[in-house]
Amino acid sequence: MKVLVVAEQRQRKWNNASFETLAAAQQIAKDTSSTVSALVIGKGVATLADELAAKNVAEVLSVEHDLLEAYTPDGYCVALKQIIERANPDLVLFPHTYQVRDFAPKLAAMLGKGMIGDCIGYRNESGKLVFVRQMFQGKTAADVTFAGAAPWFASFQTGAFRADLLAAHPSGKAPVNAMTVTVSAEQIRTKPLDLFKEAKSAVDLTQAPLIVAIGRGIKAPENIPQAEALAKALGGEIAASRPICDEGWLPMERQIGSSGQTVAPKLYLALGISGAIQHVVGMKGARTIVAINKDANAPIFEIADYGVVGDIFEIMPALTEALEKAKTS
Amino acid sequence: MNIIVCIKQVPAKDAPLAIAGNWIKESDIGFEMNEPDSYALEEALRLKEKHGGEVIVLSMGPERVKQTIKEALAKGADRAIHLADDNFAQLDPLGSAQALATAIRKEKADLILTGLQSDDHGFGQTGVLLAALLDLPHATIIMAIEVTDGRMKLKRELEAGWFQHIECPLPAVLSIQSGINKVRYATLKGIMAAKKKEIAAMTRESPGVSAEATQKIEKIYVPVKTKKTEFLTGTPKEVATKLVEKLRFEARVI
Repeated sequence: MKVLVVAEQRQRKWNNASFETLAAAQQIAKDTSSTVSALVIGKGVATLADELAAKNVAEVLSVEHDLLEAYTPDGYCVALKQIIERANPDLVLFPHTYQVRDFAPKLAAMLGKGMIGDCIGYRNESGKLVFVRQMFQGKTAADVTFAGAAPWFASFQTGAFRADLLAAHPSGKAPVNAMTVTVSAEQIRTKPLDLFKEAKSAVDLTQAPLIVAIGRGIKAPENIPQAEALAKALGGEIAASRPICDEGWLPMERQIGSSGQTVAPKLYLALGISGAIQHVVGMKGARTIVAINKDANAPIFEIADYGVVGDIFEIMPALTEALEKAKTS
Repeated sequence: MNIIVCIKQVPAKDAPLAIAGNWIKESDIGFEMNEPDSYALEEALRLKEKHGGEVIVLSMGPERVKQTIKEALAKGADRAIHLADDNFAQLDPLGSAQALATAIRKEKADLILTGLQSDDHGFGQTGVLLAALLDLPHATIIMAIEVTDGRMKLKRELEAGWFQHIECPLPAVLSIQSGINKVRYATLKGIMAAKKKEIAAMTRESPGVSAEATQKIEKIYVPVKTKKTEFLTGTPKEVATKLVEKLRFEARVI
């Protein structure tokens, strides 16, 4: 089997999830006696291609074009379709980034194929690859297989594989093959403009050693002071899952998860957070995770070190009091 | 501006899920509008209020989805299309998009909106696939839409706090990010008005869709735990005391 990894860069900087997916591809290749190629697409990406070539891959495909300097879904799909038809891979793997979500399903559809997105793992069942992904916001896992002929398309979630396990090239460097593509300006219907960040946030949660995070279980904005009192007693920062910030109950800069900040504090106390994957990817690196939730089946408990099944409105004040007491004892 | 909003009905957030093969037992649980889609609906209603036109709700699924369709009509959508299908949970992303696309082709829409992803399957592909099948430009994870002279200026969310502005011509398909707006509630007047609004019925087979699945969900199951969780029990006061002790002397994080 030929496995092709489409690595992601923006302004000639890697999205590091690319290397996790490359590590996944190396593992799949080992399990199925396959070869791995890696692809970089853009303009002025020779240095990036060389970086990929230093990994244990059979070859690197370098795709350059003036119209591919800035990402557009049309440009990427037009170019990558030509490459896939020429390189003829069996399995095309992507990191499950926002950019991949924006174009990869379309690329697969243009070739009459489907994509299994957001996978957290795979199994090799006597030569047939079974991909594992989550459903129902992480409450269940699903085994998914491809039907029909290759090429097959799949993406791996951030954190599903470890980039530090990526194997280097055994003899120094894999060949880099420049692939030419035909792209015309009329094929690109959207026009990318400026990249920007919103006003710089006053709080940097990535540096906070102790975080108290609230989710939907907090129910109403008038209950937030209770969580803030707990955070204060702990000497930590308050944070939240996306729905709380969507509601405007806490500012967006307090959001933890794929669209917010990624944190790895000493202690992460999750209050009324179910543990949907978009949240979990932002905090699963915490050293100690405490989850308090009324639903014993909430997926947050899968990653918690300490769990309490109960009413946060009873436990928050009790915990605040116990923390205050511990300070003076 | 005529806008089609694709809305999925999903199991209610707090519904206890009983697994049955590669789906869930549907009896005894409640269903609701997929939350990301409610933001897409709200955005469509706001665009209509600003630029005129019509908001059409498109929803696929068994009879039960009519409840969600009626909710969308009560919030202000003008009419609806129900793609009746008892087996829609078995469709793969491409199959779902093909079925929706056949319904969309029968309309003259300037804009097609979807939510970012569904809270059940969570494929997150429908909008992008619709763009491919309808040969329209698209953009996803949209946080703001500004329409001037037949073009849109969009604010697209990227990762780690980054955003990008992009320009996109009409017609187009957009996937809306949750949190783009404040979703409205249906008023009593809206609920009364919805009773007179049209829900056109189509069946998935009737538009001549013969999609062959590209992927199959073999089974679903409760995930295997990777971490051993120590559960603390007792009264809230007891639990709090135990937890503080554990954090101080066992985990040593406070």
